[in-house]
Amino acid sequence: MPPLVEIRDLYCEMITFDGVAKVLNGVNLTIHKGDLLGLVGETGCGKSVTAMSIPRLVPQPPARYPQGQVLFNGEDVLTKNAETMRVLRAEQIGVVFQDPMTGLNPVFTIEQQMVDAILARQNAIGATGFIRGWMPSARQQRRAALERALTLLRRVGIPEPEKRIYAYPHEYSGGMRQRVLIALAISGQPELLIADEPTTALDVSVQAQILRLIAELVREIDLTVMLITHNIGVVAQLCNKIAVMYAGNVVESGATRDILRNPKHPYTRGLMQAIPDGTHVRGSLQGVAGNVPSLLDPPSGCRFHTRCPHVTDRCRSAVPPMVTVSEGHQVACVLYADEGAGA
Amino acid sequence: MSSVSHTPNSFARWRTENASQLKDLRRGIYRFMRNRLSLIGLVIVVVLVVIAITVPLWIPYPDDVTGSLDPANRMKPPSEVHLFGTDDYGRDVFSRTVWATRTSLAVGVIILTVAISIGVVLGALAGYFGGWVNQVIMRFTDIMLTFPGIFLALAISAALGRGIEIAMLALSFTWWPGYCRLVEAQMLKIREEDFVAGARAVGASNSRIIFRHILPNLLTGIIVKASMDFGFAVLAIASLSFIGVGVQPPDPDWGSMISQGRRFIPNGWWYSTFPGLFMFITVLGFNLLGDGLRDLLDPNATVR
Amino acid sequence: MLRYLGRRLLLIPVVLIGLSILTFTIARIVPGDPVKLAAGPQARPEQVERLRADFGLDRPLIEQYFTYMGGLIQGNWGYSISNRRAVGPDLVRYFMATLELTILSTIIGISIGIPLAIISARWRDRFPDHGARFFSIGAGSIPVFWIAIVLQIVLAQNLRLLPVSGRVDPRADFPEIITGMLLVDTLLRGNLSGFGTALRYIIIPAICQSLLVISVVTRQLRGDLLDMMNKDFVRVARANGIPERLIWMRYLMKNTLIATVSMLGFLIGYQLGGAPLIEYVLDWPGIGQYALKAALLLDFQPIMGATLFVGCVIVVVNLLTDLVYRRIDPRIGFK
Repeated sequence: MPPLVEIRDLYCEMITFDGVAKVLNGVNLTIHKGDLLGLVGETGCGKSVTAMSIPRLVPQPPARYPQGQVLFNGEDVLTKNAETMRVLRAEQIGVVFQDPMTGLNPVFTIEQQMVDAILARQNAIGATGFIRGWMPSARQQRRAALERALTLLRRVGIPEPEKRIYAYPHEYSGGMRQRVLIALAISGQPELLIADEPTTALDVSVQAQILRLIAELVREIDLTVMLITHNIGVVAQLCNKIAVMYAGNVVESGATRDILRNPKHPYTRGLMQAIPDGTHVRGSLQGVAGNVPSLLDPPSGCRFHTRCPHVTDRCRSAVPPMVTVSEGHQVACVLYADEGAGA
Repeated sequence: MSSVSHTPNSFARWRTENASQLKDLRRGIYRFMRNRLSLIGLVIVVVLVVIAITVPLWIPYPDDVTGSLDPANRMKPPSEVHLFGTDDYGRDVFSRTVWATRTSLAVGVIILTVAISIGVVLGALAGYFGGWVNQVIMRFTDIMLTFPGIFLALAISAALGRGIEIAMLALSFTWWPGYCRLVEAQMLKIREEDFVAGARAVGASNSRIIFRHILPNLLTGIIVKASMDFGFAVLAIASLSFIGVGVQPPDPDWGSMISQGRRFIPNGWWYSTFPGLFMFITVLGFNLLGDGLRDLLDPNATVR
Repeated sequence: MLRYLGRRLLLIPVVLIGLSILTFTIARIVPGDPVKLAAGPQARPEQVERLRADFGLDRPLIEQYFTYMGGLIQGNWGYSISNRRAVGPDLVRYFMATLELTILSTIIGISIGIPLAIISARWRDRFPDHGARFFSIGAGSIPVFWIAIVLQIVLAQNLRLLPVSGRVDPRADFPEIITGMLLVDTLLRGNLSGFGTALRYIIIPAICQSLLVISVVTRQLRGDLLDMMNKDFVRVARANGIPERLIWMRYLMKNTLIATVSMLGFLIGYQLGGAPLIEYVLDWPGIGQYALKAALLLDFQPIMGATLFVGCVIVVVNLLTDLVYRRIDPRIGFK
């Protein structure tokens, strides 16, 4: 079974006012159907850019992809034209963004936005969206779309959707808005759902509900999920696979249990140690020494080498390739280069 | 000796204190330079300012500015001797047009300065103190805003006589409400900000808070509005002169020249056309520049 | 909404009274004797005094104010000294001409301004954007009285395409007046040739007036569109596979409509105040011309009448704009 998503050696640069930022430095990532992958890393490590490259939602200028491939169902997304990508986004990939407060258009009702999205995905909506609305068959289509919207809203947990669908976004709470956005994202029955920090902007109690919703959806509609977060706790609860990113590279990936119990990469180890653990009541918090490097002028070779306690000369010279250390568990570090076979 | 060592230190310190604003400024200047339109505007404005300042040095017919009379030369079409032709008094239209640049630019500056002074102070007071002070000032501003500017200027000049100074006064009176409103709205927002509460907590007096802390933040908005208003100020003074209330003959002014030239249309077309063209380019230059400045200084503008 | 409306309506008289006092003061402080001006240089002193008494101008100022305001409330707007006609009907007639001009120039302005703004935002920082911006800034920089003269020269005198000035053809039959707006009236009566004539007279003033509208609309809308394009919900819509065209036509347009409405309200209000310069140069009998002539002759009652009338109109327009604004933006209520 070929993987659903395969990112091969992806490089991405961003042209900024201060220079060219080398945002992705040869990312390798694989997602299989049915996975719930957690993509973790610090702010600025490139997780969003990586994920958003799949549906090509990274605006291209200022970004460019000098090298690498992003394969979705075996086809390289980077070579497709805009209309193909639009269809891909409408039918196969769903995206949920971080901030529910600004994700919905404030001057249209929920009903209008959902019906529009559903009809657009069925390619049933014309240039202005108005003309088609007058013909009888179009009216029927709208009614069908409305039904579907109600079903979706019910599924994501909006109470009394028949009434609430005619409300405006500002009448909804943050949690409810995020549910609506999830409903929108899955309305096209996509194969892949990319959730970019979907709970960061929400209250803790609401976070749990949203995450549970996502987990349920994975089971029910056979959804593959790529969850971006900087919160390892979330990942531990939900995901069956983890990929850890640092400064534009995936440094370690594998099953959640393996990585949590047995982190190999020095960065991952540092992250795991940094999590406050109820047992050590007294004593200082452990962080990872040093600062995130600038992407305009990144360190040579392995970008973590400036903060790594095990740094050697080999680290400075080239980016270490991913090697397999055990079943499904891969690391990009010279420490293990001798152990396993190359990825 | 100590004064010598202080100077480089305080400049460096100012630099680091304002580092992020300087960076924004540099970014803005970069964007400004890339915008062809603002560059055109900048070039026009610079040329005009240079012309205004240096005109006495190179004006071809200096006497024509103050009202000489050369009947033999009346209404001659444009030629090498008279670039824009001559008017009904035989005066060189080019010299007078170019001289009018001085007057217009100077008048624009004065009008805006007075208007801003009044408007900003009133707006700051209204916005800062709120309550009945705000109501009184803002209602007065509303009334002033419903009053058409030209009539106010007409009325004032009718009362105090025709003349350029009075016209300037009148126009300043029509202009200050705009700044008052701008400053009041911004003041209402800013006075709720934390840094104001901080200043108050430390014991700063009201006037100190207004002038030292809040106003610098409003400066950008005022500069942007002023740069966009300058063109219109020039238009306004020309309009008044056109009706006869602004610059008085024989002083040259674009508006009055256009007005006088009307009688000679269409045969003496150059009399009205050239001053108008010159005026158009002037206002255009300032508007382009103002537009570019707005892009430069507006903190809400996003980089592409 | 009604409560809000009521509250706003209460404020109107306050502003109008303030305006009337201001205008009255200015108009009366102005030295110069309108009565003498109106009576003419040949009049004898007794005749001038008779005229003055007829117009009640020999009374104390405060009494004059209250007499005037009292008459106003009863519908009597006074008499013009300079042309011996009642101010009221004149005001209405001249105003309708200005209204007609405003409507036409706003239509022209929007028709050109909105597409320009869309082009500008769609192709930001590329040639179409620069071209559109240059055009719109240029339109706003042109001295209106000058372009009116230029158009007169070129279109009317040189090419003989259009009439030089005025509003009606003195040689033709005067069309029947229903609304006071010639374009409308001729259409209502099916008078196509009359419509054509009226159109030919109105087109130059309308073009001159529309320049300002084009300039403001294009710049404002462009800025708003650019702001909207960066908003999150646009990103979300794109991510959900909604086609670009739909995003533009439906979403962005409605979002920017709100800001556009308030700007249009301001523009319309401004134009309804008359465009004295255009009307003066092109002899368009609008309220601007009426007031300007009165001002130049120090004719007091028309000045008061015109100012108050226009002030009223502007206040009403502002109120309407506000109501519409609050109606279309679901976020703002009628507090």
